[in-house]
Amino acid sequence: MLTALDRKMLRQIAGLEGDPPGAFNIRKNGQGIERRSIPGIEIIPKEGKPGIDILVKPGTTGTVHIPVILTASGLNDLVYNTIEIGESADILLIAGCGIHNPGHGEARHDGVHEIFVRRGARLRYREKHYGEGEGKGKRILNPKTVLLVEEGASAELELVQIRGVDDTVRDTKVRVEAGGRLAIYERLLTHGTQEARSDVEVDLAGDESTARVISRSVAQGTSKQLFRPRLVAHGRGRGHVECDSIIMDQAVIRSIPEIWAENAAAELVHEAAIGKIAGEQIVKLMTLGLTEKEAEEAIISGFLK
Amino acid sequence: MLELDKIVLKFKADDHELTALKEISLHFETGKIYVITGPNGSGKSSLARVIMGIHRPGSGRVIFDGEDITGLGITERSRKGIGYAFQHPARFKGLRVADILEIAMRNGEHNDCHYLSELGLCPEDYLERPLDASLSGGEIKRIEIATLLALNPRLRIFDEPEAGIDLWSFEQLIEVIGASHRPDTTTIIISHQEKILQMADQIILLEDGAVSLHGPREQVWPVIRDSVRCACRQDCSRGGMYYVNCPR
Repeated sequence: MLTALDRKMLRQIAGLEGDPPGAFNIRKNGQGIERRSIPGIEIIPKEGKPGIDILVKPGTTGTVHIPVILTASGLNDLVYNTIEIGESADILLIAGCGIHNPGHGEARHDGVHEIFVRRGARLRYREKHYGEGEGKGKRILNPKTVLLVEEGASAELELVQIRGVDDTVRDTKVRVEAGGRLAIYERLLTHGTQEARSDVEVDLAGDESTARVISRSVAQGTSKQLFRPRLVAHGRGRGHVECDSIIMDQAVIRSIPEIWAENAAAELVHEAAIGKIAGEQIVKLMTLGLTEKEAEEAIISGFLK
Repeated sequence: MLELDKIVLKFKADDHELTALKEISLHFETGKIYVITGPNGSGKSSLARVIMGIHRPGSGRVIFDGEDITGLGITERSRKGIGYAFQHPARFKGLRVADILEIAMRNGEHNDCHYLSELGLCPEDYLERPLDASLSGGEIKRIEIATLLALNPRLRIFDEPEAGIDLWSFEQLIEVIGASHRPDTTTIIISHQEKILQMADQIILLEDGAVSLHGPREQVWPVIRDSVRCACRQDCSRGGMYYVNCPR
């Protein structure tokens, strides 16, 4: 049974009003509480360890929601999900985790996703993190994703964490086989004393594989961010990694993009930039009637869109 | 509508002080078009920035609709009806053309397509584009002007609107600025261009931070014509981007 608070968290992380369409699994405070399989998409609880298996049959098109919510303090939720997208299937997978920590103990969710996108299939993966709560307890999220993009398949990952999460270590490992396409879009805003770290490792294993890793972040207060995207090309792969950050207040940002080629026909590019909001941008928006704070917010929300 | 009373503006430059505006007093009436002209570095943009509140004068007063607004910031002045199209518009990483137009007309009635197409930019091609370095100088300049038109303030200041704009757009620009000027608005244009000077009810010539000439176009134009045309010839010979009435 979902409470009003649960509904709010689901709205925040997945834009859900009422039951999700398609297949879904809702996990709350360490337990799967609602689940629905549909023809072609089966969701089965794992045996012996927490988590689910999602099996998408070849050629299936559809949406799968797998939100996680934590509404209690002192919880350490560890979950293993295995997701199998069958050949030529086309799936929108909406994950995400919302933490409402009412107390002073930690509320922590460590999600381990193992995803297989089989030949010719397409996966669009959206993961949104959200945290809130009255207590002083930390809200911690450590997602780990291991993704295989097979021949001719494509995967697009959108990873968003805007405010509210105190501590994050994101670990993403992807292998892209011949002709496979990968795009990762990461959006992050930290404030206060929050810390976030994102390690992305992409292995362009096959010829004609491509990858784009685009990371945009804003660090406010005394928060700290660390980005370590790495692209490795073993064959004739093409890759582009871009880290672009706005730094404010007394925040600290480190960006360490790495490109690594083991084939003379590989094409890899990286760009990284850290800078404050330009004064002329704020002034322009103020001439349109916004206050300095409103101007700053408009620029940040545009940057993170 | 707008009164500048003995405006003095100084900048610190390395170890010395530079006086950009020297006791400037001017009166701007509702319904008229003013063109401020003068050599580079004469203080034209500084004056516009003092009116908008971007620069605070060291002394003197800015009176708008009878109210002393010298102490007000940019936001308050904008909300009172002053708007400024920058000579060098800011570029934004992340904001789209549609975003800035929406901010400009959040209290207005028009739609954003209207202003872009008036300036020869097809809305379908531009609304979703980022307002960043991917736009050319002429494109960003036209978007800047469209934004001021969308804001629709009672006092409009265009700072060298023709800079970077090609010949065809220049004609359109003059037409749009002229057509959007209403009896209840005041338009101030900073320009060197003869065609823009011809739009003026009043011409103000600034030289070395002071007003050296101010009056109706019919009186001022004959006096400054030769120097303006001379500057035009320089633009021509440098192959500059301005449209000029070049004899060649």
